[in-house]
Amino acid sequence: MNEKAMIEEDHYENTNLRDETSTIVAPENLVYQVPKTLKNVDFHYCPGCAHSVVHRLIAEVIEELDIQSETIGVAPVGCAVFAYNYLDVDMTEAAHGRASAVATGIKRVLPDKYVFSYQGDGDLAAIGTGETIHTCNRGENILIVFINNGIYGMTGGQMAPTTLEGMKSTTSPMGRDVLTMGNPLKITELVAELPGTYYVTRQAVFKPNLVRRTKKAIRKGFELQKDKKGTCFIEVVANCPSNWKMTPVESNHWLEENMIPFYPLGDIKTPDGRAK
Amino acid sequence: MSEARLMKGNEALAEAAIRAGADAYFGYPITPQSEVLEYLSREAHQRTGMVILQAESEIASINMVYGAAGTGKKIMTSSSSPGISLMQEGISYIACAELPCLIVNVNRGGPGLGTIQPAQGDYFQAVKGGGHGDYHLIVLAPSTVQEMADFVKLSFELAFKYRNPVMILTDGALGQMMEKVKLFPQQPRQDIIEGWETIGKPEDRPSNVITSLHIEPDKMEQINIHLQKKYKEIEKNEIRVEKINCDDADYIITGYGLVARICQKAAELARDKGYKVGVVRPITLFPFPYQTYFELADNVKGILDVEMNAGQMIEDVRLAVNGKIPIEFHGRMGGIVPTPEEILEALETKLIGGAE
Repeated sequence: MNEKAMIEEDHYENTNLRDETSTIVAPENLVYQVPKTLKNVDFHYCPGCAHSVVHRLIAEVIEELDIQSETIGVAPVGCAVFAYNYLDVDMTEAAHGRASAVATGIKRVLPDKYVFSYQGDGDLAAIGTGETIHTCNRGENILIVFINNGIYGMTGGQMAPTTLEGMKSTTSPMGRDVLTMGNPLKITELVAELPGTYYVTRQAVFKPNLVRRTKKAIRKGFELQKDKKGTCFIEVVANCPSNWKMTPVESNHWLEENMIPFYPLGDIKTPDGRAK
Repeated sequence: MSEARLMKGNEALAEAAIRAGADAYFGYPITPQSEVLEYLSREAHQRTGMVILQAESEIASINMVYGAAGTGKKIMTSSSSPGISLMQEGISYIACAELPCLIVNVNRGGPGLGTIQPAQGDYFQAVKGGGHGDYHLIVLAPSTVQEMADFVKLSFELAFKYRNPVMILTDGALGQMMEKVKLFPQQPRQDIIEGWETIGKPEDRPSNVITSLHIEPDKMEQINIHLQKKYKEIEKNEIRVEKINCDDADYIITGYGLVARICQKAAELARDKGYKVGVVRPITLFPFPYQTYFELADNVKGILDVEMNAGQMIEDVRLAVNGKIPIEFHGRMGGIVPTPEEILEALETKLIGGAE
């Protein structure tokens, strides 16, 4: 087993990961370390879930930009409701769908701080659609991180606004019938149309190169807040192995083959005015 | 230096918010209180730098209040009945997360879309919870334009003293009518950090989290016990009530807010006719002045409770008196304001006549 795998193994078995790594791996051999901005507790997320990866990327970016003392996050209702248990920054836990309004309130009274909301598809694109659209339309200088796995994870696999046509869920057991259940909502393309958005991109984390790209996007989303020129919106197309009833690997293949063609990756709007 | 001006209740309240050093107002237009947002939009930012934001809904407004109040600043919103209903989920979160803020309800007639005329049908919603779960707001009921202004300052003081949301429960008449008001001098906007705020985590403290989620029942029960202890403390310290000519009274007329003033006129008319009548006006609706009524019940023959609703505060008056004396009710609904004459008539037919 190589060192990286040992660290990963250790992560699952040992909650004191940060203390143990130094004794298992010599500092010069470390491939990566746990960011200081990530609390030393195990994630509650299912094995293979993208939330853990995106949490870690946010923590790495906050550490690298050295903005922990200037950052305030807003957690959603959904699987990421406990984001504040992992991200070591000041955070507020919002009511379902209202994270971007809560973030607006914080940013308006603390305009020089870095403020981000972290929301799922049910939260952001169903119950919170009004807040999402108007926050982006006002061009609030915040970062919205949007995890789209096409399903309600926390409540056990119900149909989401982003569930694909024909995709099965507990409330679309025969597959989503768009005639009776409506169409999957591409809210990211929608907010990109609004003059208030500054940077809009769609990313994924099911391959290492995509993880690196997502991290770059998150970094950009934080850095661009300094410009005070509008909302940064990053969608991460994600898997939900538990509710998709697949293994983590199967879910990543399914995501690549089914989700990505409908939710294509890449920048949709950039600060220099380039749009896809 | 205080200064006297002739102002609408809503405008006096807005002016008082600026002078109290409020940091932000988030709101949505609704009659009969839109003057608050309009006045602040015109006056506030250029004078003190106060943030004013017209949100896309009352739901967004209250959640902006939730976020902003978490930074420890003086944050407020205002609305009227249907809008306050929309805010209830957010108010419950704010109460559980123990954030100081001010919510103003300029009560209009309901239920439903109702009418834009004054009413007091939101008493239960304001004092008994309104949203889900066991919580209380501190509820203040002004009866003059002067108090519309003064209670803004008092509300922020109480909100920060107890880290609890405070509601000013007023009505469309007080919001719209003009009276002379003596304005308190401008207070500075202040940055007082107590340590619980979400403002960015320095290295030397753990991250601050504002949440109402405590998934383990043991923990959630402890949170509830803590809240209930706080409400008991508020009940011990913060009851405010006005008693007018109660010392020799045989009968009491009671009402809150605007109605208390009409009750006062009715009591004067009653005294002209030879009846010894006093008035009790609760100023805090939570905490409610139960003891005042309980003690008066030993010396008076009956209480007439007057409200602009179907009878809501009367339940608290009955609880207070605990069956010792008769309690009668006179109410008008749907935006109708009772007259002193009809209150006197109700007093005569329901209590005085009934006792003879």
